[in-house]
Amino acid sequence: MVASECDILAKAEEWAKENRGVALATVIETWGSAPRPVGSHLIIDENGSFLGSVSGGCVEGEVVTEAMDVIETGKSKMLEFGVADESAWRVGLSCGGRIKVYVEKLD
Amino acid sequence: MKIALLSALNAERAKRSAAVLVTDLDSGEQRLVKAGQLRKDPLADALHEQLRLGKSGTVEEQGRQYFITVQSPPVRILVIGAVHISQALAPMAKLLDFDVAIVDPRTAFASPERFAKVALHAVWPDAYLEQNPLDRYSALVALTHDPKIDDVALSAALKAKCFYIGALGSKRTHAKRVERLKAAGFSEAEIARIAAPIGLDIGASSPAEIALATLAQLTAALRKTDAMPAKAKVAAAR
Repeated sequence: MVASECDILAKAEEWAKENRGVALATVIETWGSAPRPVGSHLIIDENGSFLGSVSGGCVEGEVVTEAMDVIETGKSKMLEFGVADESAWRVGLSCGGRIKVYVEKLD
Repeated sequence: MKIALLSALNAERAKRSAAVLVTDLDSGEQRLVKAGQLRKDPLADALHEQLRLGKSGTVEEQGRQYFITVQSPPVRILVIGAVHISQALAPMAKLLDFDVAIVDPRTAFASPERFAKVALHAVWPDAYLEQNPLDRYSALVALTHDPKIDDVALSAALKAKCFYIGALGSKRTHAKRVERLKAAGFSEAEIARIAAPIGLDIGASSPAEIALATLAQLTAALRKTDAMPAKAKVAAAR
């Protein structure tokens, strides 16, 4: 079972060494009832395959999309998610928390 | 992140050494600080604190924000005694993502039939410990209440400063154990680190309930700095 954060980092190294474009997303800050703790990782490859999680599945889709952009441009991004207003519901956290996610490319 | 940096971080983990990765959130610059080099780092105090808590987090220093990724080695549980409680404890510990090994020299107890899919070693604890030494990220759960088998492992766990040490046995059994450990040269404060009778007081009676109480107490020792007063003292003394 690939579950712990460190196993995910080992997997990221494996992916990168297979010459796949890989991005690493890390939960940097949480407010309120965020589902995954600070330091949680999600890794994404250029085809959108991913492993790990930064939320309970609420915002992974959006992070994967942004990560594919990061893989292409090589520029790190800071993403924020939360229920700021109704329109944020689409990719917001249903639990009412807010999270900040740092996405960087492995190069 | 540079792949070489990630490889170095993963290599530290494979060695069961703690390390932190520092990311400057403004510039994106990163550095790996191994546990042995913390003191020389400009963020030494903050890194020490995060590592002590075992938590990743953001710190601010002179107007700059740094993200500290803390990597502590994976938690291991060494169970002494292939007894009924261990049969329940091993699968529960696996669910909690802890590595478990069971050691018992009595082959009638340590039979693969009783323990499917568990690292089971039918050897004396001293032989096992020689090959697999304990460390601060290990827990020891002594369940045989036979001094011949438990004591060696308890002594090793105290010396290695395991984050959790629990021993099964009645108050009377434990009182005798305390006398033996004192005679072996351990101080009262050191011996007080042993949780005995083992487990949180939830009125556990069946083997599975005792396993649950034990794993709950072990998890508290891992996650809460105030769960075990003696542990906090050990951490502060470092």
